[in-house]
Amino acid sequence: MEKKHGPAKGNSYGMVIDLDKCTGCGTCMVACSAENNLAVRPDESDKQRSITWMRLYKVTNGKEFPHAEVSYFPRPCMHCDHHTPCVSVCPATATETDYHTGIVSQIYTRCIGCRYCMAACPYHARTFNWWDGYFPKGKGLERYLSPEVSPRMRGVVEKCTFCHHRLMRAKTQAYAEERKELEEGEYITACTEACPAQAITFGDLNNPEHKVTRLAKSPYAFRLLERLGTEPKVYYISTKDWVRKLGDNYLPGEFKPISTVKAG
Amino acid sequence: MEKPIKPSLRAWLEGGGFFVAGFIGALVVGWVIFPMVLYSKQPQPMNFNHALHLNPEKVDGIQGDTETERCLYCHGFYDDGTFKGIPRLAACTECHDDPESPLGKTLEEKAFMEEYVAKNKEIQWLSYYKQPDCVYFSHIAHVKNGKLDCRVCHGDHGKTSVIPDYEANRLTGYSRNIWGKRISGLKTNTWDRMKMDDCAECHSQKGHEENNACFVCHK
Repeated sequence: MEKKHGPAKGNSYGMVIDLDKCTGCGTCMVACSAENNLAVRPDESDKQRSITWMRLYKVTNGKEFPHAEVSYFPRPCMHCDHHTPCVSVCPATATETDYHTGIVSQIYTRCIGCRYCMAACPYHARTFNWWDGYFPKGKGLERYLSPEVSPRMRGVVEKCTFCHHRLMRAKTQAYAEERKELEEGEYITACTEACPAQAITFGDLNNPEHKVTRLAKSPYAFRLLERLGTEPKVYYISTKDWVRKLGDNYLPGEFKPISTVKAG
Repeated sequence: MEKPIKPSLRAWLEGGGFFVAGFIGALVVGWVIFPMVLYSKQPQPMNFNHALHLNPEKVDGIQGDTETERCLYCHGFYDDGTFKGIPRLAACTECHDDPESPLGKTLEEKAFMEEYVAKNKEIQWLSYYKQPDCVYFSHIAHVKNGKLDCRVCHGDHGKTSVIPDYEANRLTGYSRNIWGKRISGLKTNTWDRMKMDDCAECHSQKGHEENNACFVCHK
């Protein structure tokens, strides 16, 4: 049965990634993996099997030198607001959209591993644990595990949680200071914090004073596969028309470059 | 002359007798023997008298007007709001600082002084209330923000003079306090169990349905 929900009440946490600033260094991926207890595979070079919540895609404009251009798409979970595809198909209610934070949860102890959500997700943001998490013994890796994030077991799906434990940490801090509301910047994801180019901005899209809200309204802002209507909460910014065009599938002549939009 | 019992009735009585005996036997196995097999018992490394320590008339130095405030004197919060849990030895030695001069007269304290304070060794307490790894719980959200008393979940633990043995479920490894002491799983007090439904029940009763979202308590 479909529940009727309006837009997120309270907070709606989201992210804006400036692709003009992104250098494709991959620090966000590393920071994410370290923060969220991502296990390593014995052979990490096998990318069909390795797990990452934040994946970096490289795109090119397909032209020859000297006109070749490259851009990178860091891709976390989009935390779709509307008809969240993974949530609507999950038969176990192991994933749901929290309409007070806008975060799409994933409960590993509830997941039955059917991978229907992986098929439904248009962004390939979900990965399946074919094996129990592996943390090489004797190399000290297990000592870096965070107690704030539960490790995943074999047979469940996992995905980016917008570092939900950091929201809890920030809330706990706020309660200690006898506040109920969080200030901007108190809760940011690990990738946001780690990005050396500061390409990622994180905040509450429902709060007009937050920087993300302003950035998301930029004429250069777009979302991946926006026309599917899933209302992703991860926005990208690029001043390059060819990069924005790659954000969705357009029929010939359908995509409007910004310059022509302005002129028209 | 007595009327002979009909063979068919006799069979019924005999069968009924065996049924009742078997039924009682099964109940004993299920309600008495099974919990004994299921739960392991481990004594704590030493006794701790909560009732004595929480009594400001007997213990000089415990601060706080209400019971919860006195609990928080030892089981308090760090500056970042995280819960300290079971105090470390340093909290004990704030008062019990000199191994040569115990503050009370009990043999237990004397042993504690010799075994732990003099050797500066941490006490390996067993936690009754440790939740599974997948559970997130913020004490400060409940105690400071929600203004709940400790006893709502922890019952009269603070009034005991002898701490109970730690019992763990041999199958899951979790403390018995999570399921509750009653094997039936029924509860009469809010502190009888610490399962997900108990958290959700209280959230709903207090009008905080939004806190029943999965990601509030799961991580």
